Amino acid sequence: MGLFVLLLVFVVTFPLYARAYDVRVLTIVLVYVILAVSWAMFSGTTGYMSLAPAAFFGLGIYSMATLQNYLPFPVIIVTGGLVAFALALLIGLVTLRLRGIYFAIFTFGLVVFLGELVQYLEATIWLKHGQAIIPIDNEILLYTMFGLAVVTVLAIYFIRRSRYGLALQSIGGNEEAAEHMGINTTRLKVLIFAISSAFMGAAGVITAPNLIYVNANIAFSLFYSFMPILMAVFGGMGHLYGPIVGAVIFGYLEKMLRAQLYSYFMLGFGIILVAVIYFLPNGIAGLVPTLQDKLGGVIQKLRKGGQAGQHANT
Amino acid sequence: MIERIPQLILYGIFQGGIYGLLAMGLTLQYGVCRVLNITHGEFVMLGAMLTFTLSEGLGISPLVAAAIIGPLLFAIGFVLQLTLFKGLKDRAPSPPVFEGNALLAAFGLMYVITFIAQIGWGGVSVPSRYLNVRVSFLGMDFFLNQLIAFAIAVALGVAVYLFLNRSRLGRAIRATAEDPATAGLMGVNTNMVLAFCFGLGALLAGVAGTLISTLINARTGIGFGNTVIALIVVVLGGLGSVPGSFFAGIIIGIVSMLVVGFTEPVLTVPIYYAILMVLLLVKPAGLLGKR
Repeated sequence: MGLFVLLLVFVVTFPLYARAYDVRVLTIVLVYVILAVSWAMFSGTTGYMSLAPAAFFGLGIYSMATLQNYLPFPVIIVTGGLVAFALALLIGLVTLRLRGIYFAIFTFGLVVFLGELVQYLEATIWLKHGQAIIPIDNEILLYTMFGLAVVTVLAIYFIRRSRYGLALQSIGGNEEAAEHMGINTTRLKVLIFAISSAFMGAAGVITAPNLIYVNANIAFSLFYSFMPILMAVFGGMGHLYGPIVGAVIFGYLEKMLRAQLYSYFMLGFGIILVAVIYFLPNGIAGLVPTLQDKLGGVIQKLRKGGQAGQHANT
Repeated sequence: MIERIPQLILYGIFQGGIYGLLAMGLTLQYGVCRVLNITHGEFVMLGAMLTFTLSEGLGISPLVAAAIIGPLLFAIGFVLQLTLFKGLKDRAPSPPVFEGNALLAAFGLMYVITFIAQIGWGGVSVPSRYLNVRVSFLGMDFFLNQLIAFAIAVALGVAVYLFLNRSRLGRAIRATAEDPATAGLMGVNTNMVLAFCFGLGALLAGVAGTLISTLINARTGIGFGNTVIALIVVVLGGLGSVPGSFFAGIIIGIVSMLVVGFTEPVLTVPIYYAILMVLLLVKPAGLLGKR
């Protein structure tokens, strides 16, 4: 709780002393927190690898681009979330009976598909390439994003603790067994998939004004699918804090590196992704127990040594 | 409009042969090594760009270039499987976890290879000049390079099929795909078999790249589109099925040409995806898949 108050104070006062650029960096970091945490909630626990975050995120961005002149900002955020929720529900009903790699392929294709579809619509119906988005004040965006991030993390915290969270984990452990235990696995998977997607969509809406101009390639870039996965894997998915830590580190790194060495950034991203998967498949959160084991052994030895010393004294 | 259909179908079959070759490589890599190689298209791109370098720089004919590029990419694939993917496999607690991690690692590789290619070749777009001769046959026009590319694709496809079904190593590969543990107990060196398969997949991608470079203008950016096509073809044909992916390649080739001929070229990927979606709903195992 104390930590949360500190965080709240930090974010609220941040625009007072930071440059406008840094405010944007913090906003992006929060975006990644939302994406990584929601991705980990579904894919991390059930083992169904969704490559679709970019699809829902892009849908949010395009909701903002098309609705900005018609609806107030908060309404669009909710709409973006609902649109993503609805699409995820549909996709979920269609695909979640599929197992394993087919689901990954399908969601991978979804991002490409939506991008091409938007391009087609822009070329033939809307008759423009890309759309401009009216900028909104940096501070408002930061606070809104922070609010959404808090809602996301809290929602996921409570879902994880509830019986649904346990049911999700049992699906990840052994889906058939979970089914035999009386869990309606398909319904649960579809529901959680849709909820996690809604957060991604809403995050897309709030990100859009920072982009100023969007087209299909920017909004539906697979980068937004793999970045949250990298963060979640790096941070470790066993705990809620894992993806958050990953998102903060990589979100910050991305912004810093992109600004300074743009083309090498992509190389770095590739190498880091491979290295993290290779060396840290359980993430840094997975390292903690190993370290505890090792350190614990050392500490115990020291204690024993100390006790032996005391005995010797008496 | 109607009289264009035979022409478009012929073009589609030509195109489909190459799609089939692309997909065969991917299906081998997934079916045997369990690596869904998202970077497959980048190997195609490497094949195409290396062909350009060899034919422009050294004056080598593209067909001879394929004989150099194929083994080179084979070696890269071989080493990748022996180091990166074998390492991932050894560390993963369960096969699904390995498949997920391998997919992510392949995506990382995609960025690395694209970056290296962009440094090496920059933004050049390479025109295809090889055998650009127009041929008329039964009232249908096509170019000689299309026919040759198709013939090579089919020949290679048949060769791989026969190799897998008739040769000793082919049998070892099929055994490994079926049940790696038992195959290992029966004396198959599974690590080598997996590395060989991954290399073979890369080789097929490279040769497909060479063939593509004789047909269209090659760029360093062509990789990703080819990955998407290969994925769709592979699912259509049944993941892991070599003949299935070849036939599916031809189907997708014909569909793509009909779409390009009658509607917007931008619509091809959405239509592929619609096919994929319907297929996954109706028969997720693909046309010739087992399950």
